[in-house]
Amino acid sequence: MPPTTSSAPLVALRGIGKAFPNGTQALAGLDLEVREGEFVALLGPSGCGKSTALRVVAGLSTPSAGTVAWPAAAMTAPNGRHIGFVFQEPTLMPWANVFCNVLLPLSLAGVPANEAYPQVVSVLDRVGLLDFSYAYPRELSGGMRMRASIARALVAEPQLLLMDEPFAALDEITRFKLNDDLLAMWQALRTTVVFVTHSVFESVYLASRVVVMAARPGRMFTEIAIDAPYPRDDNFRTSADYADYCRRVSQALAQAIVAGGVP
Amino acid sequence: MSERTSFSEHALRIALPILLLGLGLAIWEAVVRIGNVPPFVLPAPSLILQTLIADWPLLSHSLLVTLTTTFEGFLLAAAGGIALAIVFNLSRLVEFSLYPYAVILQVTPIIAIAPLLLVYLPQHVAVLVCAWIVAFFPVLANTTLGLNSVDRNHADLFRLYRASRAQMLWRLKLPSATPYILGGLRIAGGLSLIGAVVAEIAAGSAGAGSGLAYRIAESGYRLNIPRMFAALLLLSVAGIVIFYLLALINYLALRRWHESALGAER
Repeated sequence: MPPTTSSAPLVALRGIGKAFPNGTQALAGLDLEVREGEFVALLGPSGCGKSTALRVVAGLSTPSAGTVAWPAAAMTAPNGRHIGFVFQEPTLMPWANVFCNVLLPLSLAGVPANEAYPQVVSVLDRVGLLDFSYAYPRELSGGMRMRASIARALVAEPQLLLMDEPFAALDEITRFKLNDDLLAMWQALRTTVVFVTHSVFESVYLASRVVVMAARPGRMFTEIAIDAPYPRDDNFRTSADYADYCRRVSQALAQAIVAGGVP
Repeated sequence: MSERTSFSEHALRIALPILLLGLGLAIWEAVVRIGNVPPFVLPAPSLILQTLIADWPLLSHSLLVTLTTTFEGFLLAAAGGIALAIVFNLSRLVEFSLYPYAVILQVTPIIAIAPLLLVYLPQHVAVLVCAWIVAFFPVLANTTLGLNSVDRNHADLFRLYRASRAQMLWRLKLPSATPYILGGLRIAGGLSLIGAVVAEIAAGSAGAGSGLAYRIAESGYRLNIPRMFAALLLLSVAGIVIFYLLALINYLALRRWHESALGAER
């Protein structure tokens, strides 16, 4: 059963345009609504502005046109404590151990230690890194670093989790495992996820809705609802439904690439 | 297998220079003895050692004076360099205004500035200022580079979590800059010794409380060549100790996380 969605979207992008000083039009007229509890995948060829769109939602990039609205009452502004961001690279501080890295969002917000520590322990336990609390990032494998990065994004219990191709650099086995774990966490925490990827298979496996984007300028091309029920597992990955969705999303992506010109 | 190779390599790294030193000293000693070279032309190593022991009260006092100046100059350079780099990082205006003068201070040879400083400042202060001037710039330049080399994703992360400027500085910029700062300090350690020595030599005439470099100059005038060598030996040893002390601090601070301090094993 897909998660319940409230009527008001959590975040609504309207007519978002983003031009960089060098003249590149990264986004133009992007409309996107994300409802609470959704798992949205942004899929598109490289250069279609999907990462830029994510940065606009996070408030890390100011759009040159359009508005970002947070209609849901709990979130009047993109406040740091309500957004978690997972970058393409783990982006852990190499001088601090896993525990301190995950603690960062809470300590920056001034949460007292006796309140913050149990939260860190619980989120580390959730991502399976509790035994590695005192390891330094370089002592971890690529997959474990990404787990630590996800733990850091989740520790402040964000209402919206933004992920920018987080598993692109990982091997397939690790990626499948992290996909499953991510879905489990998303369901357990009832958070909302916007997940940027360039993998058709990953987007269909994870998302309740796949937004296909086209490039030059970056815009929404089409969207496809993935109505397969959660929890999803290897049975879904090998099902005819999954293959069917992948075919439809692939076709949409192929059209989007044609629409965006030669990559 | 590889461990044994690295062990024997380590042993060679230590043994070979020592062997070479022993060989050089032996030849030196032999040349002086066989050729009957007078000590005021070239003293034998054994005589230098004797002089070092005989003049130890005098030389150790001078060593202490020079080391104190070096240490104070180093501390001032470290504190001043790091503090000024932080100010530069916080304010572009200050950076643009002051940076050219920091460069001028650096490129003007200290040996040319020292006599002027001695005119205006008490000798001890002038020597200290010289040590500071020479050692200060590498700390400033390296710290500035380090503070500007923060990973952009890390900066985004801190912005996302609404970090204040102070949090940005203390929790992100300074830790990121640590390897650069330590690199600057390693250069500054050796340079502050050089600055102190240059200033002492420029000061020339002085009574008690004079450092090793002054002893060298003074022994030169008196043709006390063995003492010149003994003082020079102490200066070299002081330089080596400073270098390895700072290398050790560097290693201890970075060994858990920075590429430069990690072994080849992955």
